[in-house]
Amino acid sequence: MKNPIEHLNKIFDSRIRLGIMSALMVNDEVNFNELKELIQVTDGNLASHLKTLEESNYLKVKKGFVGRKTNTTYSVTKAGEKAFKIHLQALEEMIKNMS
Amino acid sequence: MTDAKQHLEAIQDIRQMMERSSRFISLSGWSGIAAGLCALVGAHFANRTIHSSYISSYDGGRIHGTSGSIARLLTDQLFHIALVTFVAAFVLAFLFTYVRSRRQNIPIWGTSSRRLLFNVSIPMVVGGLFILKLLEVGAYGLVAPGCLIFYGLALVNASKYTLGEIRYLGFGQLILGVMNCWAIGYGIYFWAIGFGILHILYGTLMLWKYERK
Repeated sequence: MKNPIEHLNKIFDSRIRLGIMSALMVNDEVNFNELKELIQVTDGNLASHLKTLEESNYLKVKKGFVGRKTNTTYSVTKAGEKAFKIHLQALEEMIKNMS
Repeated sequence: MTDAKQHLEAIQDIRQMMERSSRFISLSGWSGIAAGLCALVGAHFANRTIHSSYISSYDGGRIHGTSGSIARLLTDQLFHIALVTFVAAFVLAFLFTYVRSRRQNIPIWGTSSRRLLFNVSIPMVVGGLFILKLLEVGAYGLVAPGCLIFYGLALVNASKYTLGEIRYLGFGQLILGVMNCWAIGYGIYFWAIGFGILHILYGTLMLWKYERK
């Protein structure tokens, strides 16, 4: 009996991080403000979660400018994509085993 | 078993986020209804123009000139009616959707709406050029089916980036357009059904499904 929980990714425990990853999985790149609107969190909160994901190499950050305003866009890395898919499969397994 | 609930919630979160971040869902049912009404009004004027042109082609006792010039005059008028109709429909549709996106706090000019607009534009622009060419060579009978077919393709293409139901509206327009190819000369009626009735039907359904208070 293998333990399906071992495949669940600790990093994706937080709903906000899960939300960020989901949005990035279906979009090439999403900027900070769009993420903020989608997930509806405060700047600081979102920034700290993004930092965590960046540190685990799950997302790439691209700092640019629109006019004079900073425009930071985020996109998912190969590692992030893989980690997220494994996490999804683990969730699926868990739910299958519950019936 | 709160664990199970948690995981289910996580999956729901993921699905919701993927939906919300990839589709522009502020399209208002009122937009469809307004566009449909514009099309019906436009079709009415076009119809009147067509019928009155038969009479005016006598042109005060002079033997009417080459039917070619009459046809050109008529298509010019029809072209203008079509253009005004299209612009009015587009502006009204945009307005209702704008109001709705305001209410939902979704930016009207975000990634999702840009992507939607871009993907609608591909078949529309190509179709528009093709139809202009049809007018140029005088294949007037193919103009209405052409409009319906390209518009149908645009909607089917758009369905991945906005409300999924728009796909069926697209299929409806495509079926009408194809049927119209074998009923040349009745274009105005197909036009009225496709751009008018189908839009109103779709808009009403969407209102009822998504915007009921």
